[in-house]
Amino acid sequence: MAPRIGVVVFPGTNCEHDVVLATERLGGRGELLWHGDTSLGDVDAVVLPGGFAHGDYLRPGALARFSPIMEAVTRFARSGGPVVGICNGFQVLTEAGLLPGALQKNGRLRFLCQPTRLRVTSTASVLTGLAELGEELVIPINHFSGSYTCDADTLRALQEGDRVVLRYTDNPNGSVDDIAGIANEAGNVVGLMPHPERASDALLGSEDGVVLLRSLLGAATARAAAAA
Amino acid sequence: MRFSARVEVQLRPGIADPEGATIERALPALGFDGVNHVRAGRSFSFEVDAADESAARTKATELADRLLANPVIEESRLELELLGG
Repeated sequence: MAPRIGVVVFPGTNCEHDVVLATERLGGRGELLWHGDTSLGDVDAVVLPGGFAHGDYLRPGALARFSPIMEAVTRFARSGGPVVGICNGFQVLTEAGLLPGALQKNGRLRFLCQPTRLRVTSTASVLTGLAELGEELVIPINHFSGSYTCDADTLRALQEGDRVVLRYTDNPNGSVDDIAGIANEAGNVVGLMPHPERASDALLGSEDGVVLLRSLLGAATARAAAAA
Repeated sequence: MRFSARVEVQLRPGIADPEGATIERALPALGFDGVNHVRAGRSFSFEVDAADESAARTKATELADRLLANPVIEESRLELELLGG
């Protein structure tokens, strides 16, 4: 059976259909989940997609983390379920405390919308499991607050725990240690600023996001099999 | 009792502040010399109903720490004032 990917929609989210489409073209089933709901249904993985949840008022992700569905997402994550936050979703995961650190305004205050070259620096996560270590991927970013920041202890923990999953080869936003994406300790929660769903077809200029989405679908399939 | 609260949120020292840096770079061109270490921040004001000042302070501080500021990168400062009437 096709793995079911729950895609959370907050007021202001705008990448949910792109994620569902990319997921379904790779053989998964995408299900939209409203932020006001308290249950995830029986999905096998959760994606927090990009956009401007709650208008990004106060700080990106600051209000979204209080949406009712986030309690269910947190429980799912704590039970080992695959959770991926893309762009605004990454910001929500850090505000919710499911990932450490914070996403700051880009250096030089530039809104950045461009392809970026990434290097896979860890395959110990649900998003990079099928990628090759050191593999380079071209995937677009589209953000104003994407500069990853954390204290020195957290950075050391990320580095030593093999939890920096993606790095920019040419840092566009001032992120600490060129970080584009990180995972939690168990590797089942991942946040990244680039948009793999926008690099899922040659027509979009790149198919390099496919290996990441396939990894997630694989983790979702494994989760479904374990639950069965 | 009703108190008026003002919370100022700023990035922690040592955290890069691109807004403050941009403002600072613009100052010489506007004729402001000798102005350094510009840091940008935000200010919030609200009213709190509570039994006494200590309870109001506790409530406002929790609100500031849980929502208004992201403690990972920001710190907050609270000013509280008893409203007359």
